[in-house]
Amino acid sequence: MKYNNFNEIRNILFNSSVGIAGLGGLGSNAAVSLARAGIGRLVLIDFDIIEEENLSRQYYFLDQIGKSKVEAIEENIKRINPEIELELHKLELKKGSMSELFSNVDVIIEALDDAKIKTEFIEEILLTLPNKSIVSASGVTGYGNSDRLETKKLGKLYLCYDAKALSSEDDMLYAPRVCLIANWEANLAIEILLDESQ
Amino acid sequence: MTIEVNGRKIDWIENESVTKLLKRMKYTFPLVVVKINDKIVLRSDFKIKVIPDNSNIDVIHMISGG
Repeated sequence: MKYNNFNEIRNILFNSSVGIAGLGGLGSNAAVSLARAGIGRLVLIDFDIIEEENLSRQYYFLDQIGKSKVEAIEENIKRINPEIELELHKLELKKGSMSELFSNVDVIIEALDDAKIKTEFIEEILLTLPNKSIVSASGVTGYGNSDRLETKKLGKLYLCYDAKALSSEDDMLYAPRVCLIANWEANLAIEILLDESQ
Repeated sequence: MTIEVNGRKIDWIENESVTKLLKRMKYTFPLVVVKINDKIVLRSDFKIKVIPDNSNIDVIHMISGG
């Protein structure tokens, strides 16, 4: 135990901020976990609206279909912990300006879907915000094989990784595995926040 | 005269680019993040970036799903 008491941890987390790129299966579940854990400020970015198919793994409800994901996640987080400060952006991240909204968060979580955009996002954050820790994930599809997951630490890049999983074009996305990895990302973010506060 | 790629020691080849190294390693995934000695190499530089001797190289492939 590196801390004197739980209050100290609570205070550090409440004075911390996490930015999440994407509010699908990874991002919505990670955001809710971090809100429950008492992270004081969340910067949440997504351009999409909720479709029925999303409910198989994303943290939304039937009566939220058709709403934007930023609007719905705000409702859901407020119902859990209204003290959390939320900065919401309904927009699509575009190459060249991806890092702007993350310059004032402590840790960034990549929770995007498309492999090309994931890669561009990581490249851009590592280049433009080299001192910022970024948590990313690759290999979330399928079921089972929890033990294949590992954390790769490459400098400031922390990757939740399953090198053997298939792309989402070739395999299904199931809630247990998506939520497992979303919470793996959230768990890493908390670990980084507490380590960096030492 | 060796380099280490994802923890595996292999021979260093003079003037080998990132693209050529990925080919030699038979890494066929289209979307990879490459770090040489912990520095990111942009994908647009893969053809021109030459691997230095004694490098430590990480290649991560990114796949869709989230």
